[in-house]
Amino acid sequence: MYFFKLIFKNIFRAKLRAALTLLALIIAVLAFGFLQTVVGAFYAGSSGASASRMVTRNAISLASSMPIYYRERIRSVDGIKAVTISNWFGGIYKDRSNFFPQFAVDHTNFFDLYPDFILPPSQLLAFKRDRQGAIVGRKLAEQYGWKLGDTVPIQGTIYPGTWQFHIQGIFDGKEEATATRQFYFHYDFINEELKKNAPRRADQVGIFIVDVKDPSRIADVAMALDAEFKNSLAETLTESEKAFQLGFIAQSETIVDAIRAVSFVVIFIIMAIVANTMAMTARERLSEYATLKALGFSPWFVAMLVIGETMMLCLIGAAIGILLTFPLAVGVAKSPAGAFFPIFKVSQDTVVLQIACAFVVSIIAAIAPAIRSARVKIVDGLRHIG
Amino acid sequence: MDTANKAHPLVEILHLVKSYTRGDQDVPVLQDITLNIERGDFIALMGPSGSGKSTLLNLIAGIDKPTGGSLLIDGEDITKLSEGDLADWRASNIGFIFQFYNLMPVLNAFENVELPLLLTNLSKADRRERVELTLGLVGLSDRMDHYPNELSGGQQQRVAIARAIVTDPTILVCDEPTGDLDKQSASDVLEMLKKLNSEMGKTIIMVTHDGHAAEAAKRMVHLEKGELIDG
Repeated sequence: MYFFKLIFKNIFRAKLRAALTLLALIIAVLAFGFLQTVVGAFYAGSSGASASRMVTRNAISLASSMPIYYRERIRSVDGIKAVTISNWFGGIYKDRSNFFPQFAVDHTNFFDLYPDFILPPSQLLAFKRDRQGAIVGRKLAEQYGWKLGDTVPIQGTIYPGTWQFHIQGIFDGKEEATATRQFYFHYDFINEELKKNAPRRADQVGIFIVDVKDPSRIADVAMALDAEFKNSLAETLTESEKAFQLGFIAQSETIVDAIRAVSFVVIFIIMAIVANTMAMTARERLSEYATLKALGFSPWFVAMLVIGETMMLCLIGAAIGILLTFPLAVGVAKSPAGAFFPIFKVSQDTVVLQIACAFVVSIIAAIAPAIRSARVKIVDGLRHIG
Repeated sequence: MDTANKAHPLVEILHLVKSYTRGDQDVPVLQDITLNIERGDFIALMGPSGSGKSTLLNLIAGIDKPTGGSLLIDGEDITKLSEGDLADWRASNIGFIFQFYNLMPVLNAFENVELPLLLTNLSKADRRERVELTLGLVGLSDRMDHYPNELSGGQQQRVAIARAIVTDPTILVCDEPTGDLDKQSASDVLEMLKKLNSEMGKTIIMVTHDGHAAEAAKRMVHLEKGELIDG
C-alpha cells in the first residue's frame, strides 16, 4: 500500500511533465486504437460473409459486365439453389461527399438470398410493388434522416440522369458485422430506362450472387459454373462471397498495411517519449534512491519504484486513451467517412492490443532507468544534485 | 550493557585503506587508519575538505567499501558482508543524518519517519505509535502532516533525526548535520544530538568542519590528507 502511495505521489510530482507525458500517451493509445479499428473495418465486411453464397463476375474484371441471360444458365448448374443479380450504381446524393453504396438488384429475390437483412414483410412487399422503390440500411436512413415514403433523388454517374427513389423499407442487420449502410433498388427500373435511352447498355449485369445447396461443395460448384461459360463471350470467375470481399481488400492492402505500420510507429514513438521522461525522472531522483538504499531498502525495491511509476503512468494514459477510442469510433462511424465501411467499431482485440502495447511500452521504457537507479552507488547518489 | 559488549569497542578500525581509481592511477583517500570508538561515544570527525572524513564516515556506515584493512562494528567485520546483508545491517544498526536532510519530498513528516520502519516486522499500529513518539521527542508532534517544503531547515533536520532514531539504531552517523542551518537551528540540532548521546546512549559519529559544532562532541578526531592526526 505504502509502495503504491509512493509511486502515485511520485507520478504527479512534476505536474506539467506528468500531464504532457500523459497527454502523449493518451493520444498514442487513442491513435493506435483508432488505426487498428480502421484496419479492422476493412475486414469487417468479409467477416459477415455467408458460407453458402458465391459471387460470379466477368473473368476479365469487375468493371466488365455479363449478359442477364446468364442467370438462367447459372440456375441450371448442378448444386445451385438460387441466383440473383446486383449492379453497382455509383450515384451521388446531393453532394459527392455523401458517399454510400447503391445497388440495382433483382427485386423479386435479392432479399431472399440475404437473410442477414431483417426487414418487415410488409415493407418488402411494398418495395416489390413499387418500381421506384428502395430499401435502405438502418444506419444510412439514420444518417440522412430518411423515413418510409420519402423520395430520394440520386444523380447517376454511370447511369446518367437524376433518379427518384421511394424509401419503402429500412432493414436492420442480423449480426453486428452486417452492413446497414447500403441502398438497394429495382434493377428493372434502371434497365428499362436503358432500353429506351441506351439500348446497348441494357440487359447487362455486374455480378450474379449465387446461393449453393451445400456450402461444403462451394469450390466444385464454382468450377462447374465457370466451366459453363468457358469460351463464351464473357467468361466468368466465381468465388465465395468472402474471397470476393477479401479481393476488394487486397486492392487496398498496401494502404491497410501502411495504416497498420503507422499504428505501431505511434507506439514506438510513445515508447521513446516515456523512456525519456522516466530517464529524466530517475536521474533527478538519484539522491532519493541513494537515501532509500542507505536506509536499507534493496536495489530491487528502487527498481520497482521506477518500473511501478512507469507502469502506473502508462496504465492511466492507456485507460483514458482506450475510453476515448469508443466515442471517436462512434463519431467516425456516423460521419461520411464511416460510409466506406460496413461497420466501424472498436473490437475487443483492439482493446487487448492497446492494453498490451501500453504494458510493453511501460516495461521497455522503464528498463534502463530502473537498472540505473538500482545500481547507483549510495555515495555517488548522495552527492548527486537532481 | 553486558560483559561481551564491554569486551571490545563498538567500532574497531584497523589499518583501513581507501583509494579510488582515476584512469590508470590510484588516488589514495584514506591511508592506514586505525581507530576505536567506544559505545556511547560522541565523536566529531574534523578536517579540511578532501581530508577523507566523509569517506571514513561512509565506510563506518556501510555505504562504501574499503580497499584494505578491517572495520569491525560490534565485533562483526562489515567489509565481509554482501551488498544485501550490508543493507539489512544498515537498516538495523545505522541511523543517517545528512547535511541536506534527504527527506522524501512526496512524503509528509510522519511518512518520512515511518520509512525505515517498513523494513521491520512491526504492525501498522506499532509503527504509528513509534513514529508519534519519535516525532514527539524531536518536538514535531504538531507537524506530522507537513511536507518537507512546508517545514523550515531546522524542522526538516529534526524530521531527519527522528527518521534516524526511529529504529533505535546502535550508531548515528551525521554528515555535516548543521551545515545547511542557521545559527539557532544548528544549536537546536546539536543540543538534540547531545541529548540523544547522553540520555539515550546513542553512539554518534559526526563529520563537521565547524569548530562550534564539534564542541558538542565528547571527542574530536582530525584527519588530514587521508591520515589520522590525532584521536
